[in-house]
Amino acid sequence: MSGMKNREPVLELTNITKTYQVKQGMFSKPKPLQAIGGVSLRLHKKDVLGLVGESGCGKSTLAKILLGLEQPTSGEVLVDGKEIGPADRQLLARRIQPIFQDPYSSLNPRKSIEEIVSLPLVVHKIGDSASRSRAVAKMLDLVGLPERVRRGYPGQLSGGQRQRVAIARALVINPEIVICDEPTSALDVSIQSQILNLLADLREELGLTYLFISHNLAVIEHLATRVAVMYLGRIVEETSAADLFAGPKHPYTRALLDSVLTPDPSLAVPDIHLGATFPNPISPPPGCHFHPRCPLATDLCATKVPPHVQAGSSHVDCHFYEKSADGLSIQPI
Amino acid sequence: MTDPILNVRNLTVDIPIGAGTLHAVRGIDFELNRGETLCIVGESGSGKSLTSLAIMGLLGKRLQVRADVLEFEGRDLRSMPPREMRALRGDRMAMIFQEPMTSLNPAYTIGDQLCEALRLHRKVSKAEAMTRAADLLGKVGITAAESRLRQFPHQLSGGLRQRVMIAMALMCEPDLIIADEPTTALDVTIQAQILRLLADLKREMNMALILVTHDLGVVARIADKVAVMYAGEIVESGSAKAIFDAPAHPYTRGLLNCIPVPGKTKPGEPLGSIPGIVPSLIGTVSGCAFRSRCELAVEACATTVPERSASGEHMYRCFHEPLKSEVA
Amino acid sequence: MTSTPAQTAESIVALSPGAMLRRRAFGHYGLLFGLAVLGLVFAAALFAPLLAEHSPYTQNLAARMKPPFWMAGADPSHLLGTDQLGRDYLARLLYGARISLLIGIVTAVISGLIGTTLGVAAGYFGGKVDLAVTFLINVRLAMPVVLVALAIVALFGGSLQIVILVLGFLLWDRFAVVMRSSVMQIRGLEYVNAARAIGCTTPRILLSEIMPNVVNNLIVVMTLEMAHAILLEAALSFLGLGVQPPTPSWGLMISEGKEMMLFQPWLITIPGIALFLLVLAINLLGDGLRDVTAPEAKG
Repeated sequence: MSGMKNREPVLELTNITKTYQVKQGMFSKPKPLQAIGGVSLRLHKKDVLGLVGESGCGKSTLAKILLGLEQPTSGEVLVDGKEIGPADRQLLARRIQPIFQDPYSSLNPRKSIEEIVSLPLVVHKIGDSASRSRAVAKMLDLVGLPERVRRGYPGQLSGGQRQRVAIARALVINPEIVICDEPTSALDVSIQSQILNLLADLREELGLTYLFISHNLAVIEHLATRVAVMYLGRIVEETSAADLFAGPKHPYTRALLDSVLTPDPSLAVPDIHLGATFPNPISPPPGCHFHPRCPLATDLCATKVPPHVQAGSSHVDCHFYEKSADGLSIQPI
Repeated sequence: MTDPILNVRNLTVDIPIGAGTLHAVRGIDFELNRGETLCIVGESGSGKSLTSLAIMGLLGKRLQVRADVLEFEGRDLRSMPPREMRALRGDRMAMIFQEPMTSLNPAYTIGDQLCEALRLHRKVSKAEAMTRAADLLGKVGITAAESRLRQFPHQLSGGLRQRVMIAMALMCEPDLIIADEPTTALDVTIQAQILRLLADLKREMNMALILVTHDLGVVARIADKVAVMYAGEIVESGSAKAIFDAPAHPYTRGLLNCIPVPGKTKPGEPLGSIPGIVPSLIGTVSGCAFRSRCELAVEACATTVPERSASGEHMYRCFHEPLKSEVA
Repeated sequence: MTSTPAQTAESIVALSPGAMLRRRAFGHYGLLFGLAVLGLVFAAALFAPLLAEHSPYTQNLAARMKPPFWMAGADPSHLLGTDQLGRDYLARLLYGARISLLIGIVTAVISGLIGTTLGVAAGYFGGKVDLAVTFLINVRLAMPVVLVALAIVALFGGSLQIVILVLGFLLWDRFAVVMRSSVMQIRGLEYVNAARAIGCTTPRILLSEIMPNVVNNLIVVMTLEMAHAILLEAALSFLGLGVQPPTPSWGLMISEGKEMMLFQPWLITIPGIALFLLVLAINLLGDGLRDVTAPEAKG
């Protein structure tokens, strides 16, 4: 799966922005909050693109845009090279399905598991009731749930079991792309690994492509083939997972990786050198959004927006990097 | 040798529900000395949060809390009248909760809430309390403390709120701080800062710290002692080094196998996992609660399980010998 | 497959939502009492022709003001006595139950339809729709219901149909407010987002995902508005502006009997107690339903 990818990306985002108008009070004019400021991404078949970032970075908003739940303020979403607009939501739904974070609110408590898992088939008018019933049985088996669960209700299942139901529901119409929005963050560690293994297996078996959103870098390192790091609505670094974890370039990426606490008792909690200021998405810092917290920041960073340094399919948005002479890699200035 | 600041023996918490009783905490023992950090690790349903609430006396009347010994600084907490308990809470022992979004009252300023924490226990003027509050805000790394004191909780981010919670816990210079998942709801970069802060303050003020968490990474980095809880029991306890270098109980080993560790677990390989789910703790529970998920389970596991010592202070509850090999 | 299957052997212990509901309902005394009394009133209304020997309209001036059976001078053929025109009180009571129930139910249905539509629309779509509906609710709340009802009845004359229509078009506010906030809470939950991501159309989401989860609130409000409507009709009829004589409305019976309050007290106590019990029962039923369907709210 590595090597040259001259195939069309299955999913592409070009220069997506999303701005909300936030009311500041009853009588003042609403101020614009730019949740996403110019994001371009490409997903190729069988990729697992890990999208990492902390709260307020815009990753959930991006997921909603991909699922058709929100419309971008500008920019295009292309599926197999064709642009998708608001009217194509049904079409989009057959290709892209979500798995959400909270297993306790992602299933309708008043519907049986059978109804929940077969809903996508019903909505898209696929098959008749007999074939749908078979499809539900097959999906439940695939995600490791016993047959008798289908007559039950979400309230009778544990968090891990509910998440399996959510996975079954997402996969029952054979989508190509699955958006996983923190699918294991609300689960216990021992259940988390079960679900992660399941997701990895299903990707192999069904040839799925994942956009995997998480704040847990250890999980990303384990699952992802490529990683994009978001900060305040922008992608500050994107490259293959192996490269990112071997040699992170952007200072924020480095801080994120340093924050991962491995269970090694001989180490203490590291000092991340990030300072105590917190970004306000409504009035982001000028120049590089990250400069108030960056240990390497200079005057240039405070005034000029960092360049988009791209080599091959990797890029970094930082003043301290440039493209190498042969154009194949990114090197520090 | 000074006495331990907190001594717990055979603590149980029972919750009557409907027809039966849920045995949420089933006889746990530990002690804590000044200046030590004890991490209680467990997943949901292990009883770890209930344990910390029981020590603070914050459980409702319906929940039956019993213990052979439950002593804080030599004082018996079991029979303590509510008035004395209230005097202790916030003064000698303080708690930091998980959800910074909801643990501060949105109707009062930060300054008001901090001052209240002090003035409930000490006869000081408002001005003196404010000075100390500003002091502590500075200590927890909040700049421009004066203006922060006048702000309301909704004007602060999650990380800042949690720092305020820590400052509030420190107002009376307690001897013991219990922190229940204090960083779970925070971003990972903020988590590192808050944990360092807690460790520094603990050292500076010579406090004892109990940190309840499910995150083994956090435990490894800050704990002196570790207690691993499963289904209401402590299944393994000892120094952090002992537990992580040579985990003895199958559950602890299982947990350590489950988490992906960058650099150690191979990407693409399946993660270790613990099959099954936590058993029900309603009604009589006999034998080892982990046996339904343990690959080493034998007949004897259905009877009472012995407490064994792996080496020195490192104890665990299992029939089996600790396997000598390193965790994979 | 290397991933582990989920173990569910001991896990489907909890009951389905339906079974849990039934279990809670049977333990709730207020609910059961309310249901029992309401059932009685229904039976009385339904079987009125069978239970009453006389017609509620037949006047028998020779047998005026007969007291009910527990007082001296009672007439055994008129168990609950007669009113000032000699009409059998038992019959009027039983047929009056029909009026009260009819008013209660039909009004609740009409106002329920109006209020729920407005409330759900406001809750789900938000924005301008919400602003418009909130404005309407505020306008409606600013109106004194009794005065408006009086005015309309004064214009168009009083009758059962007018009363039902007037009350139906006035009593929708609580429906709208409750439905709006319920829907707003649910709209943010992830299963609604999941349904949208699956490609469900808006009508399907409203009917299939949202309504089943707000229907318990709806039923509670419906019972309370039923009681409200019944009381209002009694008040209007008492004032002479509701149902017109000789229709046996309990409110009208009280009105007609008020002059004789001191000497023939049963003329007002019997319909008065009936009204009280019916409204109490409906309120207890409503409270009970709320407790049973949302026990978390009990605090």
